[in-house]
Amino acid sequence: MIRVNPALNTVVKNVWSTVGSVLSNLRQPGKGSSMLVGVLLVTTLAMSAANLLLPVDSPLYVSTYTITLMGKYLCFAMLAMAVDIIWGYCGILSLGHGAFFALGGYGMGMYLMRQIGDRGVYGNPDLPDFMVFLNWQELPWYWSGMDQFWFAVLMALAVPGLLAFVFGWLAFRSRVTGVYLSIMTQALTYALMLAFFRNEMGFGGNNGLTDFKDILGFDLQSDATRVGLLLVTTLLLVIAILTSRAIVQSRLGRVIVAVRDAEARSRFLGYRTEHYKVWLFVYSALIAAVAGMLYVPQVGIINPGEFSPLNSIEVVVWVAVGGRGTLYGAIVGALLVNYAKTRFTAIMPDGWLFALGALFVIVTVYLPQGLAGLLQRFSGDKPEQAAGRELDSDASNGVSGREANA
Amino acid sequence: MNSLNEFTGQARELMRRDTTWPFLVPRRRSPDVSKNVILYLEGLSVSFDGFKALNDLNLYVNDGELRCLIGANGAGKTTLMDVITGKTQCDSGSAWFGQNIDLLAHDEAEIAQLGIGRKFQKPTVFEAHTVFHNLELSLQGSKGVWSALTAKLSGAERDRIDEVLNIIGLEKARFQMAGALSHGQKQWLEIGMLLAAEPRLLLVDEPVAGMTAEETERTAELLTSLAGKHTVIVVEHDMEFVRSIARTVTVLHQGSVLAEGTMDQVQNNRDVIEVYLGEEA
Repeated sequence: MIRVNPALNTVVKNVWSTVGSVLSNLRQPGKGSSMLVGVLLVTTLAMSAANLLLPVDSPLYVSTYTITLMGKYLCFAMLAMAVDIIWGYCGILSLGHGAFFALGGYGMGMYLMRQIGDRGVYGNPDLPDFMVFLNWQELPWYWSGMDQFWFAVLMALAVPGLLAFVFGWLAFRSRVTGVYLSIMTQALTYALMLAFFRNEMGFGGNNGLTDFKDILGFDLQSDATRVGLLLVTTLLLVIAILTSRAIVQSRLGRVIVAVRDAEARSRFLGYRTEHYKVWLFVYSALIAAVAGMLYVPQVGIINPGEFSPLNSIEVVVWVAVGGRGTLYGAIVGALLVNYAKTRFTAIMPDGWLFALGALFVIVTVYLPQGLAGLLQRFSGDKPEQAAGRELDSDASNGVSGREANA
Repeated sequence: MNSLNEFTGQARELMRRDTTWPFLVPRRRSPDVSKNVILYLEGLSVSFDGFKALNDLNLYVNDGELRCLIGANGAGKTTLMDVITGKTQCDSGSAWFGQNIDLLAHDEAEIAQLGIGRKFQKPTVFEAHTVFHNLELSLQGSKGVWSALTAKLSGAERDRIDEVLNIIGLEKARFQMAGALSHGQKQWLEIGMLLAAEPRLLLVDEPVAGMTAEETERTAELLTSLAGKHTVIVVEHDMEFVRSIARTVTVLHQGSVLAEGTMDQVQNNRDVIEVYLGEEA
């Protein structure tokens, strides 16, 4: 930088400052999500149009398989965001969020199961196939009403929400924190998995619920329904992002971060920290349940495998890769890791778990703040940024700051 | 028959006209200090696995007073603060805030809302928030989940934050992350957070630990200026500092009060010289 043409220098400087301002914009709490919302909407709309309007042999045609895959990814992204809200913002590491996802999924699955009607293998108009197979004579009481869409949706939200409330209330009121809480969430999802594996539970045992025909009268196999499901998923994800951002940016969000960093301090300021934790946990569980509800019609099956603790741990990896406490980080992380999974399992099916493990180790060691943190570090090194920061703090701060670090 | 009598007794007690049912009493009450005493601690005992952290402790603090608590390590100073703020349950005794509020019947959050603020030994601020937001979170007002979601900063609250920033001398650091403050500044910010809540009683645990001489001096000024409007109880090891601010000093030893009086009286007290200042004097 010794002898550079001054004109070129100003141009470079301008470019840097533009890049810097865009990146620093991304660093504001929840700011990156507006950009992400835009990208999500444009991408899914373009994909839908390409699927429905273009002929199959067009180079820009998007296959229905891809549409469904994208819908699945977006469901996972929503689940990842749910985990990010409580882990990234409140420091509650839940290793059992798959439970709420799966419960939401089962709620939707029960509705879809009832929609099959007499088109099942055994042709029984009331009983789903697996019940006929088990020689059951009538529908169990908890299946009643599930043929109504509104009721099924209500149940698919109420059951996980209530479970999260009871679990959270018991755990947070007893001030269970840290690794103990994580183990309890893990136990919760494991217990549910074992319960749902049992045929007597009336949820299809290890086969789960599948062979769905239609949703709200629309054929699940048709392209238009698939595209519609993708668009609904995108829309609900966007709503979830905007709601979560509003929460995070309100005073409530600041109290939640305060609880994460100094719970005792918040308590002695008069905040009932356990109430905050419980309600945030319920909110997060509800988002996970919505994700599960959207997931089931798109993949066409829900079984107890979704309760597997491994699934929940995988979600944590997505969030860690994307970056905790940023909302957009979790979504980007979920999309990237799942895309990698699809690609990787096609090439080397046995290698995926090793790759996932390696990814987690690398991120933990080298990128503790995930990709979002990388973005911040990248933008943080810009000369304008550094200068700006020095202006903010007066000289005495610098000196005593170093003192405190020593 | 006996139990029936008991029951009617209880029922009569419940229907008394001169009292109010407990759940109808408003949560936020201000302490009654008509006798000029804000804190009554009587016969407090706390033991941890047989170790008596507090042993039949009696202490009265006047309204608007600046009281210093001194004592060797393990004398029970921090345990005493834990009991007052509801963190630790005591085995026996009573603790009243004014004449009308039983502190032992409330938990930490309620006691904080009643107007007792506490500064920790290790400065504890919300490092991921700016100084401004740290003070915002500390403001008096409803601390419920729903009200936090819909909260908007009013003009008066903004003024209050500015005022506190002015008192603690952090106006310039307003938008700085609290985590980036120096140790001394964090101590002040934490005191500022207590002030923003406008408490009646401030419990300050070792406010000058790790401060430079100049910072210590400013802290002493700050604490003396607070007395009068607030009641301040300071726990401190630094005897010079205590001498510079104290009007009344209480010496704790093995969980109970050993001596009380002005700094000179305390220093000339035979018992105190024996157990605490012995090595120094």
